[in-house]
This record gives sequence, C-alpha cells and structure tokens, in this order.
Amino acid sequence: MNFWYDPKKRAIFFQAFILFIVASVVGVLIYNTQQNLSSQNIATGFGFLSQEAGFQISETMFTYWSDDTYFKALQLGFLNTLKVGVIGNVLAIILGIIIGVLRLSPNWTISKLCQSYIEMVRNIPLLLQLLFWYALFTDILPGVKEAFSPGSNIYLTQRGFFFPALVDHMIWPWVKGVFILGVLGFFFFSKWLANYSLKKGKSYKQWPYAIGLVIILPSIVWLIGGAPFEWAIPVLGRFNFEGGSELSPEFAALLIGLVVYTSAFNAEIIRAGILSVDKGQWEAASSLGLNKVQALRHIILPQSQRVVIPPLTSQILNLIKNSSLAVGIGYPDFVAVANTTMNQTGQAIEGVMMIMMVYLSFSLLSSVFMNMYHKRIQMQTRS
Amino acid sequence: MDDYNRDISTQAPLQNVAQWMKKNLFATPLNTIISLSVICLLLSALGPFIQWLFIDSTWEGNASDCREASGACWAFIREKYQFILFGFYPRDLLWRPILSLILFISFIWWSKEPKRWNRRLLWRWVKLILLIALLMRGGVLGIEYVSVDQWGGLPLTLLLSFFGLLFSYPLGILLALSRTGDLPLIRFLSVTYIELIRGVPMISLLFMASVMFPLFMPDGVSFPKLLRAQLAIIMFMSAYMAEVVRGGLMAIDRGQYEAADALGLNYWQKQIKVILPQALKIVIPPTVNTTIGMFKDTSLVVIIALSDLLMTTKTALKDASWLGFSVEAYLFAAVIYFVFCFSMSRYSNRLEEEFSFGVKS
Repeated sequence: MNFWYDPKKRAIFFQAFILFIVASVVGVLIYNTQQNLSSQNIATGFGFLSQEAGFQISETMFTYWSDDTYFKALQLGFLNTLKVGVIGNVLAIILGIIIGVLRLSPNWTISKLCQSYIEMVRNIPLLLQLLFWYALFTDILPGVKEAFSPGSNIYLTQRGFFFPALVDHMIWPWVKGVFILGVLGFFFFSKWLANYSLKKGKSYKQWPYAIGLVIILPSIVWLIGGAPFEWAIPVLGRFNFEGGSELSPEFAALLIGLVVYTSAFNAEIIRAGILSVDKGQWEAASSLGLNKVQALRHIILPQSQRVVIPPLTSQILNLIKNSSLAVGIGYPDFVAVANTTMNQTGQAIEGVMMIMMVYLSFSLLSSVFMNMYHKRIQMQTRS
Repeated sequence: MDDYNRDISTQAPLQNVAQWMKKNLFATPLNTIISLSVICLLLSALGPFIQWLFIDSTWEGNASDCREASGACWAFIREKYQFILFGFYPRDLLWRPILSLILFISFIWWSKEPKRWNRRLLWRWVKLILLIALLMRGGVLGIEYVSVDQWGGLPLTLLLSFFGLLFSYPLGILLALSRTGDLPLIRFLSVTYIELIRGVPMISLLFMASVMFPLFMPDGVSFPKLLRAQLAIIMFMSAYMAEVVRGGLMAIDRGQYEAADALGLNYWQKQIKVILPQALKIVIPPTVNTTIGMFKDTSLVVIIALSDLLMTTKTALKDASWLGFSVEAYLFAAVIYFVFCFSMSRYSNRLEEEFSFGVKS
C-alpha cells in the first residue's frame, strides 16, 4: 500500500514532523537566548537568590530588612499573595452566596439590585476597579493630620486604616490556639452529633456545644492567664499614627477590589447551582414543614454543590491569579516582588519562570483538592 | 405567559402598574417591608451620589474652581477627554481616529445580525480593516503619516482586542482539534500548552513578552512592544478559546462523525464541512463571553506601560495642575468599558436565546 494512504504511517509521520518543528523552534529560542545572555554578561541560574535584595517591602509577615536576600523577599511576596488569596476567597464566596441567593428573591427590588451589582461589576476591567478603589482610599480620604474617625480610636487616612489592637501578652497565642482548636473540634463534633442523632432518632441542639467549644473554652484559658485586656490605641505621632494595628490602602484596595469582582462571578455560579436543583425538592422540603431558609440551607444548597463546585474552583483560582494585579497598585505580592527582582538583577527568565511555577502549583494544588471534594460529594448521592 | 400578557394589556395602564407592583413589590407584608426599606436605602445612597455627580459638580473652569465646589469635576474630563480617548495622536489629525472608530463600531453593529454572516461580509471586513489602517497610519495618498507609537486610548484597546480575537479564534480551534484528536503526541502538546497558559496569570505572559521575548530573538532583530503585547494576548486567549471550542466539539453527536466518515470525507473535509460549523455555532455565546474577558484583559497592558485606554486615563491624572480628580477619570473610563462589555453581554444573551430556540424546534 502506498505510504500516504496508510493512516497509521501517516499519523506517525505527521507527529514526527510536528515534533521536529516544535523541537527546532525551542532549540533556536534556547540558542538565541544563550547567545544574548552571554553577550549581555547575565549569568543563568538561581544563584542571585542569595544576594542582598536592597529594597524595602511595605507589608511584612515576618521581620525583613532591605539587606536581606532576594529569597527572603520573594518568600514575603509569596506569603502576601497567599494572604490576599485566602482572605479574599473566603469573603468572595460568602458574598457570592448571599448575592446569588438574593438575586433569586421573589422581591423585585432585591433581585434587580443584585442584578445591577453583578452586571456593573462584571463589565468593568478588574484593574480599573482596583485603581478606582486605590484612588478612593488615597485621594478622597483625608491626610493623617485630619484623619476621619468613624468610631472611637479608629482612623481612616490616606496612609491606611488604623485601629486599636490588643497589647501582646504571653497568654494571647494560647487563647488563639485554643479558639482554633475549638472551631475545629466543633466542626468534627457536629458531624458526629448529626450521625448520633440519626442513630438515636432524636435531635440534639448543636449551639450549646458551639458556644462551649468556641467561646467558653478560650475564655477559661484567657482567665487563667490573668485576663489581660489592654488595648494599644493608635496615636498621632509626628508623621503618622503609631501603635495599634494598621491596614494599608494597598491591601484594602486589592482585597475589596478582588472580593467585589469575584463575588459577582460567584453569585452567578451559585444562582445557576440553585436553579439546577429540581423544583420538586423545594416542594418536598416545604411539605416536610421546612421554611424557605431551612429548605435552602439543608436541601437546596447541598444539592447544588455538584453543579457549583467545578466553576467555583476556577473562580477561586481566578482570584488568586488576579491578585497578581497587585503590581498595578503597589501591593507587594509575589509578582510585584519578582518584578522588582527582575528589574534589579536582569534575571528575566528565572523571574518569569518563578512566577509561572508559583501560580501553576496553586492551580494544581487546588484542582487536586477540589477534585477530591467533588468526588466525596458525588459519592454521597445515589446515582 | 402569553395569556397573562394579553390579560393585563387589555386593562387600563394604571391598573397594570398597580397589578405589577402588587405582585412584585407588595405580595406579602414581609415583602412590603423589604421593598420599602430597599427603596429607602437606595434613595438615601443615590441622593448624595446624584448630588455629587450632577448638581454640585463643576462643568467648566479650572482645577481651583473644581476644588471650591463639593461635587464632581467634569471640567477635568472636558479638558482631558481627547487625550484619554486618543492618547498622543496629533491633535489636529483627530478626525482620523474618530472616523475610524465610527466606521469600526457601526460596522460591528451592522454585522451583528446572524443573517448577514456570509463570505461577502468577510470581504467587507478585510476592506474595512485596510481602510482603517490607512486612515490611522497614513503615509500614502497624501495622508500624513502617524507612527504606531502615537496611537493610544480607545483605538489601541480596540486594536488589541480585535487582533486578539482574529488570531486567537483560529488558533483556539486548532488547539481544540488537536486536544480532541487521536494523535497522542499532538494531544499531549496541546494539553500541555492549554493547561500551562490557563494556570498562570496573564501578567506573567505580558512580562514574558516585555522582558523575555527580546532574549529569544537573534541579535539585531527586535519587535515593537505593542506587537509583543499583542502576541502575549493572542497566546493567552487562544488557550481559553480552545477550551470554549472543545466544549462545542464534545457536544456534537458521534453520528455526525460517522456520517461524515461514511461519505468518505477526509479529516479536514469532515471538520470544515460537518463538525466545526455545528460546534462553533453552539459555542457562540461562550465565545462572546470570552471575548468580553479579553476586551477587559487588554487593560493589563498598563503594567508594561502601553498607552491603552486605561493607561491614557492614568497619564491624564499625572497632570500637575489637575491633581486629585482620579475618581472622575476612572468613572469616565469605566463607563466606556462598561458600554462595550455590557452591549456584548446583551448580544451574547440574545444569540443564546435565538440559537436555543433553533435547537428546540
């Protein structure tokens, strides 16, 4: 048989041809890059990471000086990305659920209000929204001397938001730890309690345990530690407020911008999820005597998860990827720090590679987790 | 639904309104309370906003007039709107980008009807693009030459989006075909490309275009930054387009492939004549949505300092005699972006309804 008329041989030939083209393009690019790098005297490799960074970072989660290494600076940037990603996603999902549910309200004013919010937010570029929030915080808010104070000892200024913080005491870390353990403990306990009440055929109240584990237990630890209750109040110093806690306008603008933008997309996902649940489920719930809120919480939302989780995963990732726009308003996230590093050292390839690797690993990690979660949800349902 | 409409349309108009309000606003006591409180809340929030927007605002004058007034400073926009819309394009030649914009937008409007989608439309588009290029760039027929470096504002944003769509769409189709095809190596390459691009933020691609790309080129060869940014946008969008198209390919019934095979069509005949026309039609609404996303994402070229609409807005704000009116300027830019994106999303909804109707009947 003629070579060209055998599909198998033709497929092999075609693939070999494509492989050859891809390989040669990559080869030429690598060759060019090597030539260019050697003519510009740029060393390849990640040796530069241990050099002195020499630039300041405004938001640090651990102590950092400008004579620390690039590696440490990049770690800080990574933590800042993680911080805005975690807080932002939690808030965006909560807000998304609220707006998505209200969007389906039978009340015309509420559903139209939510619809306008969604349409307005989705049709304006995120970067523009971030710049807008940032401008709002830095242009419209007064200077430090004329700080605007919406409540006692809370100050909103161009340089950031200042509010009282608890003075350090050796017992606070313990209280925090017990609080987190209490929340986790309640989470598992409530699951066990739900099973137990199913077995006994009797319903048990959950909220006393919640109060006990989450509020009373940490309070006991706090009392044992001597019940410290001293607030550090922000005081106007010579140039800026001192003491207390501070929220920078960059972080506030980035967080609000990302949450507002992503929540609009999340709301549409939640809405589609709720609509995907059969109408009979609402009717069945109400014939069991559940009111609308109970039906939504116990019957509808759990079933909508199957439709909601896949697109929600990509929105979670989108928020993390979009947090890279921080570079546009000067919040030192990973991309911003890597960008400064690239500009200072000229290590463009390594810089871009690091950025890509970090976000790719986020993507891989969360898709692994979400797939696991998705599988678990689907196992619970009969099919 | 029809019966209901006919029912109320025969009644007096005032009664219609009352009936509608009773059904949607005041159905139950709780609903009445909610409606009234939402309306009150809206009025109390919108009132000061409208006051700021229109009543207390300054429409003429300079920066100090604006600072005296408590409202918005539209005098600033009056002063800067030419720059925001058209960037550094020579002031006395502004009729050229304006005419181009009008031609471009009215032609998009004209070709939005599915019934006009044919080969002749394609040729008209080619002619239009050549005409616009001639208008914008000049240099022949006695039209004064304007370098691409001076283009900016809205034309640049539209240019990046238009060519982004023009190239990422066919590339996306190729990638989707490779991903769903049965050549393992090609499939592997395409999956790797799509997932790699979709896993990273667009900024990293723009950085790649602005700092890494020059290193890839042999000595002495260099591309302007605009072209490199355009390449990055195309690379980025084609991965997303590929996933949209793949959705369409997956929705095509197996029987269509078998029928095409039975007719003895080869691979490309099968795809071009049978599969793609159906698959692409199904995914027109998500394609428009991806296009909206791309239109918004062109604003990221601000990060590598290309003077698109957002960048000219930012540059206008740097004028030392007009400091502190950023909210007005960003609102102005936001309205422009909103008009484009919102009309596209309405259009996508309309197509979705039309096409889903077609499928059902």
